[in-house]
Amino acid sequence: MPRQTPSQTVGPYFAYGLTPEQYGYDFKSLVENQLVNPLDEPNAITITGNVYDGEGVIIPDAMIEVWDAHNKLFGRFGTGTDSQNRFVFHAVKPGSVEGQAPHLSVIVFMRGQPIHSYTRLYFADEAAANATDPVLTLVPTERRQTLIARKTSAGYLFDIYMQGEQETVFFEV
Amino acid sequence: MSELIYNHFDREVHPPYISPEYKSTVLRGPTKPLVVIKQSLSELTGPVFGETHLGPLDHDLTKNSVRNGEPLGERIVVHGKVMDENGRPIPHTLIEIWQANSAGRYVHKVDQHDAPIDPNFLGTGRVLTDADGNYRFYTIKPGAYPWGNHYNAWRPNHIHFSLFGPNITTRLVTQMYFPGDPLLQYDPIFLGVPPKGRELLISQFDLSVTEPHFALGYRFDFVLRGNKSTPFETA
Repeated sequence: MPRQTPSQTVGPYFAYGLTPEQYGYDFKSLVENQLVNPLDEPNAITITGNVYDGEGVIIPDAMIEVWDAHNKLFGRFGTGTDSQNRFVFHAVKPGSVEGQAPHLSVIVFMRGQPIHSYTRLYFADEAAANATDPVLTLVPTERRQTLIARKTSAGYLFDIYMQGEQETVFFEV
Repeated sequence: MSELIYNHFDREVHPPYISPEYKSTVLRGPTKPLVVIKQSLSELTGPVFGETHLGPLDHDLTKNSVRNGEPLGERIVVHGKVMDENGRPIPHTLIEIWQANSAGRYVHKVDQHDAPIDPNFLGTGRVLTDADGNYRFYTIKPGAYPWGNHYNAWRPNHIHFSLFGPNITTRLVTQMYFPGDPLLQYDPIFLGVPPKGRELLISQFDLSVTEPHFALGYRFDFVLRGNKSTPFETA
């Protein structure tokens, strides 16, 4: 039986290959941060956040991917172009998949991460669904809020903490 | 009931999140244990890409960004198979490719290594596997380059790859190395892989695809996480 090919870091120079148009390279992007076009989609939401390292420093060279399994929508964005080094996604709040609370699957890549990590983004204004979600309820209560995007006037805010007291919950999927 | 369960990462061959010799892992890798979740359709689905997403020269990095000539360096052809852990080929799956040029310089604006940019080489491309899981692309052999991890640190020649496979559990980002590279023994990124996994990242010179008077051939197979069908719940 062949063994899995080991992972290696995405490194600091992924942008012209994986997110070329976002970073201004002359190569067509396969995927962008618009899971939906916010101009056409009345229910569009904007999700933003920063990725923080173990000293609370904002990481400017991470790449975030999000997967909406309900609507089969995928997005990808690097944290190197926004003036605040945020990731920004235009999406819709997904419907339920297999009875779970609405959520996006999130995959995190960066220089200094030899293998990607998986997390999930839930929505603060879905408290009733969140309370019975089979994945959220696996997570110790005091860590659940790391998986829940806060509602703001501009949309949803979802910061990712790689380490520290607020370390985001990452999953073995 | 029957359900498809994908294997977890084989941690005997994958690098851990934190390996202190690779310094930027220290503050960037999760430190708390991963929470194991039951795979649902959230995990067992993923984006699908097809021919319509690819440009006609995406599979040929020696041609897809020429401006006033051909890129400099050693032309190579890289091929192989994408399969799962059961050896089953994964057809029509996307491989994204990026790399340094022959002088060891990336086009990325952050790369300030004092080596020339090649105006005819962007260093990125894409390819889909065929119905039997095979892929092939042309490029220029990438050069080694220095990095800031420690004094006199150099990355071995390598090509970066991003693969999707059938769903998001099979996502893989990795790097392919070249046989006999003397820098491998000093590279903390390569050495972060447990000893059992290291050979799996080194391509093989392949005379059978080497094209006379044109390009040297290398073979590199990708093995993504496999699955097993469980005939009934074993609680």
